[in-house]
Amino acid sequence: MDAKSTTYLAGEIRKTALSMVYEAKSSHIGGAFSMADILAVLYEDVLHVDPSEPKMVDRDRLLLSKGHACSALYAVLGLKGFFPMESLASYGQDGSSFLTHISHYIPGVEISAGSLGHGLPIACGLALAAKRKARPWTTFCLMSDGELDEGSNWESFLLAPQLGLDNLVVIIDYNKIQSLGFVKDVIDLEPLIQKFEAFKWEVFTIDGHEIQEIYTTLSSAKAARNGVPKVVIAHTVKGKGVDFMENKLLWHYKSPNATEYQQALGQLD
Amino acid sequence: MLKDIVVLNEKETRGGFGEGILEAGRKNPNVVALTADLLGSMKLQAFIKEFPERFVQVGIAEANMIGIAAGLTIGGKIPYTTTFANFSTGRVYDQIRQSVAYSGKNVKICASHAGLTLGEDGATHQILEDIGLMKMLPGMTVIVPCDFNQTKAATIAISEYEGPVYLRFGRPKWPNFTPENQPFEIGKAQFLSEGKDISIFACGHMVWKAIEAGRILEEKGVSVEVVNIHTIKPLDVEGILKSIQKTGCAVTAEEHNIIGGLGDSVAQVAARHFPIPIEYVGTNDTFGESGKPEDLLVKYGLDTPNILAAAEKALIRKKH
Ligand SMILES: Cc1ncc(C[n+]2csc(CCOP(=O)(O)OP(=O)(O)O)c2C)c(N)n1
Ligand SMILES: [Mg+2]
Repeated sequence: MDAKSTTYLAGEIRKTALSMVYEAKSSHIGGAFSMADILAVLYEDVLHVDPSEPKMVDRDRLLLSKGHACSALYAVLGLKGFFPMESLASYGQDGSSFLTHISHYIPGVEISAGSLGHGLPIACGLALAAKRKARPWTTFCLMSDGELDEGSNWESFLLAPQLGLDNLVVIIDYNKIQSLGFVKDVIDLEPLIQKFEAFKWEVFTIDGHEIQEIYTTLSSAKAARNGVPKVVIAHTVKGKGVDFMENKLLWHYKSPNATEYQQALGQLD
Repeated sequence: MLKDIVVLNEKETRGGFGEGILEAGRKNPNVVALTADLLGSMKLQAFIKEFPERFVQVGIAEANMIGIAAGLTIGGKIPYTTTFANFSTGRVYDQIRQSVAYSGKNVKICASHAGLTLGEDGATHQILEDIGLMKMLPGMTVIVPCDFNQTKAATIAISEYEGPVYLRFGRPKWPNFTPENQPFEIGKAQFLSEGKDISIFACGHMVWKAIEAGRILEEKGVSVEVVNIHTIKPLDVEGILKSIQKTGCAVTAEEHNIIGGLGDSVAQVAARHFPIPIEYVGTNDTFGESGKPEDLLVKYGLDTPNILAAAEKALIRKKH
């Protein structure tokens, strides 16, 4: 693992996502920035995927359940060569396949999402399929913290240990903010570690912006076939990387204007 | 005449909802608002400011919200649940069917960002099936007001009506042309013009498009009856019949799949009582996509020229 190149990739993801959101006047940049480092590590060193063969049978599957933050995933897929970077210019434009919620029309994207609380049940199905077919892939599901309000997730949290889905790794982008409020004020998730432990998951806690820590944890969570599903609670900062966006409720929905765009770009360079 | 209709301003219909629930709250202390983490999008700030103790934030948990609302009615409250149309219906259909409709609970399911004009958020959020889903539920009232003022009036009116209601409105700024403080009668079609050649039945944002198309037809000397079917259920069968018996052909226009929406409701009236040629304007068995609201209406065939073309077709079919 080369922390320098991964950090560089994370920066490129942020810049690309920012430009896409700015051009399309779309939302959700805060939640794209909070998971950028995680995506960089996944695509640089953890996921077994091949940009030239996105449907490779035994690829690892990453399901982005927080589909509203798709700009960062489209960005990393483009940067990794799943499609030409130029095509990202059509993001959110009329007639484009790059919808502003993650779209399965794009090479490298496993599922469309946007309605929260759908990713994890599908991830369980994919993990179960791998088990039943004795295939080696690992299924990753990247979720948001506000999304944990949805009951559908808890049905899966209950079931996955029962099925022994040790080939399933859930990552929670715990950025402490949801649409127009702080998670602790809307529905406090704490104590979160104990909830997952009580549900019989193996729990990891990391700083979601520490490249080395993300890598070590995700790769060991992926490797351990020990009968239990894994959940990685990644403490993150919504809007990470741009000081005036960090930890601000506003930047869930707000689209940057020209000045904000230039300022943000300056800070990311 | 349609040309005499004046646009007062352009406002979001969801803004009308925000003002309406505030006023309903002032009139009736039992009115409470619930949201599933979308208080900003649903324009609830003013209500929450005035009635903080009558607001419930349930988190991103729509199914729970519907169940809680059903429970609140038993204590005599009038709960308004608020989220996007997609999450107000498809997401929670069984909760609505069992806990609200079947048990006849006085829940007001208020849904914004309906239809194609949701725009940029794209297919996952762009529900085009919700009118059908909701009108099929026994006992459910389905209301799709046409502009800001009417949405406000409808929001107040449903607090005075006892029973489950689905109230559907939208996201973008849209021509606001019906009067302020209008009375709103659930189940009563609104005749925007009188005509004898053709009827155009529309709901929601499409009413404005129907007026635009109707104006062009008027200029061409066609006598058009534009009717706002703001209540899709219970349907104003008498009003529709009166219109089609006079005009003998019709167009329906809705921001919804033509399978199962307003058009089918109107066509059923015709089929059962007075068969006439009817042309549908709406999405045709498809999902939506990201784009600007107006561009999407053009791409999916829901613009003024599409209503015009449909009208011309219906008029020709009437002659044969
Ligand atoms: C089922 C559902 N309900 C509501 C929404 C509207 N919505 C979009 S993003 C969001 C909150 C986002 O907060 P979080 O889930 O924490 O995501 P992040 O902070 O990572 O952006 C909401 C309520 C949705 N997309 N899906
Ligand atoms: Mg969050």
